[in-house]
Amino acid sequence: MDLDALASCLSSPACLVTQTTSGLIIGMLLFLVAVGLTLIFGVLKVVNFSHGAFYMFGAYFAMTAYQLTGSFALAILSGAVGTALLGLIFERAFMSRVYGRDVLMQLLVCYAFVLIFDDVVRMIWGPEFRSMGMPAAFQVPPLFIAGGVVPPYYLLLIGVALVAAAVLGLGLARSRIGKVIRAAAHNPGMVSALGINTGLIYGGVFALGGMLAGLAGALAAPVRSLTPGMGFSVLIESFIVTVIGGMGSILGALIGALLIGLIRSFGSLGFPLFTEGLMYLFMVIVLVSRPTGLFGKEVA
Amino acid sequence: MTRTRKPGISRRSTLALMGAGAVSFAAPWAARAQAKTIKIGMPTILSGRVAQLGTSSRNAVMLEVEKVNAAGGLAGRQIEMVIRDSKGQPQEAARIARELVNTDGCEMLLDGEASSGSFAVHEVARDLGVLCIHTCSEASSLTADPKQHIPNAFRCVRQGIHDSIVGAGYAAGIAKAKGLKKWATCSPDYAYGRDTTGEFVLYLKKFAPDVEIISESWPKLFQPDYTEVVTKILQAKPQALYSCLWGGDLTSYIDQANIYAMFNQMEVFAVNMADYTALTVVKNLPKGIHSGDRYIKTFPPTPENAAWGDAYKAKYNEYPTNWSWQNATAVMFLTEAVKKANSTDGKKVAEALTGLTIKCPFGADGTVTMRADDHTLVGYAIGWGTTIPQEPYVPDVKAGDWKTIFELEAEWKKSKGYT
Repeated sequence: MDLDALASCLSSPACLVTQTTSGLIIGMLLFLVAVGLTLIFGVLKVVNFSHGAFYMFGAYFAMTAYQLTGSFALAILSGAVGTALLGLIFERAFMSRVYGRDVLMQLLVCYAFVLIFDDVVRMIWGPEFRSMGMPAAFQVPPLFIAGGVVPPYYLLLIGVALVAAAVLGLGLARSRIGKVIRAAAHNPGMVSALGINTGLIYGGVFALGGMLAGLAGALAAPVRSLTPGMGFSVLIESFIVTVIGGMGSILGALIGALLIGLIRSFGSLGFPLFTEGLMYLFMVIVLVSRPTGLFGKEVA
Repeated sequence: MTRTRKPGISRRSTLALMGAGAVSFAAPWAARAQAKTIKIGMPTILSGRVAQLGTSSRNAVMLEVEKVNAAGGLAGRQIEMVIRDSKGQPQEAARIARELVNTDGCEMLLDGEASSGSFAVHEVARDLGVLCIHTCSEASSLTADPKQHIPNAFRCVRQGIHDSIVGAGYAAGIAKAKGLKKWATCSPDYAYGRDTTGEFVLYLKKFAPDVEIISESWPKLFQPDYTEVVTKILQAKPQALYSCLWGGDLTSYIDQANIYAMFNQMEVFAVNMADYTALTVVKNLPKGIHSGDRYIKTFPPTPENAAWGDAYKAKYNEYPTNWSWQNATAVMFLTEAVKKANSTDGKKVAEALTGLTIKCPFGADGTVTMRADDHTLVGYAIGWGTTIPQEPYVPDVKAGDWKTIFELEAEWKKSKGYT
């Protein structure tokens, strides 16, 4: 425990800027993965344990596109669109067959695909770790805001994640399709009776969830090493975020992710040997005091 | 009701006789097969985040085994490698090692496990009494601690304590020249990371007493994001940083530290950087990172080392790794020990290995020795230098002095109560 370091940071604007930005970066990447997870759970009532694989595919798709085209924009697009398509195929071919089944059955199918997807990545890209490299446009010195260090690439990352959060939130709240999705989540039988193709909605939501995880993977690719199985640790943290925020709640995923990001960032100063533990401790405290998470609703 | 046996030969007896006949016919074949090939078992890590190192271990072993077999094998017996994936899990490594000996009939073990798994395999070797050469674990206690010692196990691997003595000597020289007094450390939070960092700091302070460690970071092994660690180090404002992160963790860390321009703000000493696994993967390799040599074909700067590196690349289309040269050296040792013992009997080979010196492309003076008193490798090329972003990546490596290593290692062993 190093509370002096934490106190000294909290009283220094430079440190506050650096650590808050660091927390936002960690949080926003987690949010993109977790919001897909929570969306799929909210609408399809499936705990998609294979969700981390979409993050992994997003990173690999982005790296390949970047190597082929040299365009960072295309790399991000490939990561997002590629995983959306993959999500759609996966949902139609496999997941749609286990809806309504026992949770254990769903988990087993998902876990089988975690291993299968890892092997597929190993076969296509090889078992060794890879690096995409930072695009030239972002190989620039960091910005200094109030004395704190802020890399320009991370500002882009935070910006993209915030835009995704806003579009998703507004889209679900205001658009017609958003209303249909919410209706399908609430009462799929009624939506189906109204002549709306729920299969299409489910496939679309799964693809959207996959796309968000893929987008996170693509954005992370320039700064994280790519390796088969890389989605697993992200998945665990995303579950923590989802559980803290409340399963099915998009706002909960955002707040949960930001809290986890900030806990990690400031926790590394004050509790350097307990940063991971701090995250789990926070989850336990939230669950004990509010079993449905911060923004979760009781299931009748 | 009681059963009565019919007179004559029963069905069970007939089957037993047929079985015995089959065994007696097959036995000479089995014996001949036994005499013809010698099976060597190798548990190693072929999947997961360390798979690249395990694969490079297997490649190096096969490169050498093919040479041995082409030259007639071990005492006339062709080598058959039985290589299994432990997935980096100690319990799996131990299970596989036992199975390789008991079920597959392997007469020797090459243990291609990282430190965590090698201790588990070591216990299997202790239990079964089979000859075992560890080829990847750098944790010094594996051979330095007398409690671990068994006559049938050897370690053909560089050692953390050797690296720390050489690295700290090199770093202290730079620290004194540039006035680097405030240091930070950032290493993985497991036995290798903790031990190696502790040993490096111990000798750094011994060689440069002014040095002060102002920040320590212990990210977990295979952590995907190092942002919080990078910013923490930046906050501490050290003049120099030591890290023994390795593989994908090191490349992630460098990529993430790069965008904070960390390498312009402090001298970085990353012991595991100068290995092709990291050097060729990092896209924007910063110039001027100080690193210990792991495997580079230009150190030791001999034609034999360069030729070995090129031969490996020609066969596998990539450069070897630190684990490669260690595994290759183990096969070289086995070959010479069998020649010396004129036998493939594990006990006799173990006796021959003890204190054996062989010619080797990776030796500091062209030879390496399996030290008799603790069954560990000494005399290998060891040094530190600074990186450049293209081949040869570390153009000038300052070689460590084995006389100093031996002196300080002896002191260290004494301080740990090992001698």
